Amino acid sequence: MNVTVTVNGIERSADVEPRRLLVDFIRGTLGLTGTHVGCDTTSCGVCTVLLDGTPVKSCTLFAVQANGRSITTVEGLKQNGELSAIQKAFHQEHGLQCGFCTPAMMLVGSAFLEENPNPTDEEIRWAISGNLCRCTGYINIVKSIQAAAEAAHQGASA
Amino acid sequence: MTTTAHKPHTPPEIGGIGHSRKRVEDARFIEGRGNYVDDIELPGMLHMAIHRSPLAHARIVSIDTSAAAAVEGVVAVVTGELLAGYNLAWMPTLSGDTQAVLATDKVRFQGQEIAAVIATDRYVAQDAADLIEVEYEDLEPITNPMRALEEDAPLIRDDKEGQTSNQCYEWESGDKAGTDAAFAKADKVVSLETHYPRSHPAPLETCGVVADVNPATGQATIYMTSQAPHAHRTVFALVAGLPEQNIRIVSPDIGGGFGNKVPVYPGYVVATAASLVIGKPVKWIETRTENLISTGFARDFYMKGELAVTNEGKILGLRVDMLSDQGAFYSDAQPTKFRAGLFHIVTGSYDYPAAHVTTRGAYTNKAPGGVAYRCSFRVTEASYMIERLVQNAAYELGMDPAEFRIKNFIRADQFPYKSPTGFVYDSGDYETALRKAMDMVGYDEIQAEKKQAREEGRLVGIGIASFTEVVGAGHGEDYDILGLKMFDSAELRVHPTGKAILKLGVRTQGQGHETTFAQIVAEELGIPASDIKVVEGDTDNTPYGLGTYASRSTPVAGAATAVISRKLREKAKKIAAHLLEASEDDLEWDIDKFVVKGDPDSSASIQDVAFAAYTNPPPGVEAGLEGVHYYDPPNMTYPFGSYIVVVDVDPDTGKWSVRRMVAVDDCGVRINPMVVDGQIHGGLAEGYAMSSMQYITFDEAGNCIGSNFMDYLIPTAWETPRFELGETVTPSPHHPIGAKGIGESATVGSPAAYVNAVIDALEHLGVRNIDMPVSADRVWGAIQGAGH
Repeated sequence: MNVTVTVNGIERSADVEPRRLLVDFIRGTLGLTGTHVGCDTTSCGVCTVLLDGTPVKSCTLFAVQANGRSITTVEGLKQNGELSAIQKAFHQEHGLQCGFCTPAMMLVGSAFLEENPNPTDEEIRWAISGNLCRCTGYINIVKSIQAAAEAAHQGASA
Repeated sequence: MTTTAHKPHTPPEIGGIGHSRKRVEDARFIEGRGNYVDDIELPGMLHMAIHRSPLAHARIVSIDTSAAAAVEGVVAVVTGELLAGYNLAWMPTLSGDTQAVLATDKVRFQGQEIAAVIATDRYVAQDAADLIEVEYEDLEPITNPMRALEEDAPLIRDDKEGQTSNQCYEWESGDKAGTDAAFAKADKVVSLETHYPRSHPAPLETCGVVADVNPATGQATIYMTSQAPHAHRTVFALVAGLPEQNIRIVSPDIGGGFGNKVPVYPGYVVATAASLVIGKPVKWIETRTENLISTGFARDFYMKGELAVTNEGKILGLRVDMLSDQGAFYSDAQPTKFRAGLFHIVTGSYDYPAAHVTTRGAYTNKAPGGVAYRCSFRVTEASYMIERLVQNAAYELGMDPAEFRIKNFIRADQFPYKSPTGFVYDSGDYETALRKAMDMVGYDEIQAEKKQAREEGRLVGIGIASFTEVVGAGHGEDYDILGLKMFDSAELRVHPTGKAILKLGVRTQGQGHETTFAQIVAEELGIPASDIKVVEGDTDNTPYGLGTYASRSTPVAGAATAVISRKLREKAKKIAAHLLEASEDDLEWDIDKFVVKGDPDSSASIQDVAFAAYTNPPPGVEAGLEGVHYYDPPNMTYPFGSYIVVVDVDPDTGKWSVRRMVAVDDCGVRINPMVVDGQIHGGLAEGYAMSSMQYITFDEAGNCIGSNFMDYLIPTAWETPRFELGETVTPSPHHPIGAKGIGESATVGSPAAYVNAVIDALEHLGVRNIDMPVSADRVWGAIQGAGH
């Protein structure tokens, strides 16, 4: 079947088997390997991408379900050659170690901040509770998302 | 000597030891441009899927691969019989046992590898693997080590010549007679029987390989999830009979290891053999279920400990007897002479004369292991046992658990301290660390609140763990894996423009080596850390090393880095003397330059010297500024700390929640405090995971129950406690920069603190043990059972 999606602002089209998972389409067909596979059962969240702006676990969607829709992956976070606030914050706050959960964490964090620009620690923890991390104990991930929120405020008031 | 902070010696622009330098590896990860094994695509690459046993113990009657082979897109089906033709059906484990690569005679655990399909597409390979038909003859599955050691238990390892029982090792340490004498003098003997349950490291990236054997040259390039690429290269040479110079192991970015990526797994070997035979690259990536049911589990020790004490609260001796469930093949990765790892550290942070430890290991019909999951070879189990026992002893004596610990601690002036099991602790100051943690948590106030809470029918518990670790194996004379001495290495090349490249035999999996090891060079040579590239994980381009596990990297490779930097500084001094037309004796080193004594304007920077090393070397001195050093540590390092956990337990449901978690760690000198804190955060979270929810279980038929992330529970941000960190700094006296290693302290120390806190909440009910994971139903059961 033909699938056409807009990925990080660029239209991409390919023939795929109906059973091909969205994550395999993104990684294998489109070559965007920043999206990872961790558990195959929608539990760990490292395959998370934004589908029309909403986080989805791409291991549990078929590529054909994304037909005609817009996808943002980690490769789309940088805009006009400049790292996004969430990327800068993860670096600044040591929000990553092995890096495997990081792309998904940043995507979930950035979508969440769109909805809730002034989150509490508790709200951030709930927002990322569909995404596992084995390295950081989450402390610095929460700090990173908090820092990205603060940076957005400073940017807005500047 | 303990201090509480380390002021950096170098300015931030050089960024040596003590700077919280931001990580250089982040740049690629935050843009999704890491390069993990599954990201590697090679021209013509094929995909492999494995057919696994659904049964835990059964004889293989026949294997029919015809339907699989007929699937369009299937290139080959590999069986053990085929591998046997290449003498590859079995392979050695890192513990000197043997393990089936693909089963030929019988299956010994659920999930065991039986056949592999190589196809043009991963989906096709998996479809075809499901079509393989195996006829079995059922055998009794053995699912615990107690049953395994019964006389009438069926023999699991009937493949091994001379193996007549399911016992796979027996080990003891310490002095039995002296310990018996100590116990005879005791006023009280406090005992604890508990199970340290089977857990799995479960890094978010599963294990995998891309094997690329060039049929024209015989060159094998093997990209794999490896914490120990050099050791794995040697194992591949031994297993496959390939000339070692033709094997290049590349361990690219690793998505977490925690011990899971130390062993060599059958999938790596089959993919390599398939590539060799087919002449094309072959990729194999585990599913999560494959990862959880077949690769290195951890722990699974049935432990019984006894502590002999006086009524005054002095410890006289310790006795521990253990039985470990090793699964079907003994494939622990640990030093050859240490069958129960470094369990000697079970004597803990306390000073007493006698200890005796005995351990037996049994084969069972479960996945083979176990690996040292974020732990230096059984140190987690040891620390858990002594810290649980000490807490219980305090209750039996009617003493405060902190006071009991302080009364028995090895004092700061007793180091170096030889333990009753023969380890020489390098340095420590245990009382200072515990008192700091008590201050941070507000110990007296919390104890008062606990009493008040009980009167109000609420349950509050305070758990302490004052652990000592032993890491950084090892001294080569005593420590080896398959005969390979446990040294590590560093190669440093300073380029003409003063920039440098550092190559190491270890392999980071998230610990931040690319950032922190550059800081060691910056400290020693004054080259800005940002001018130093750190390279690891490619055996063709790095010096030999034993790898990253057991918190070895900083104690061993970190030491090698400091020593090679100092060697190059010695050479640099000769060059500087030549440039400054001064005698070497008249030169002083000052952060990043040599200065003529008494003439501060006359100096040669490290960059001046580097340039001269290639453009103007002194007569009689070899050109260049580079070298390699292999460091064999004189002793191991002994990080320590005190953790205090405060929990609230709901008496009606048994649900417990962590109110406070205070962790004071002492890992000696901290190279990068930000990275150290990050390591501690991760370890504390994994300790919480083990104590509260992570559990690989089996039913009576040997079916693995914790086979996916819906059944094998891992804490999310929602459950994970908030941690409060503190530090003391007691440098290691024998390590060149005084560092001890920090990657595993928190996983080693924290489980006992969490469990002790729950027990403490129920202590007045007479509860002295709840096995991990301390789930709400187990706590509820303990409350219900108390007093009955």
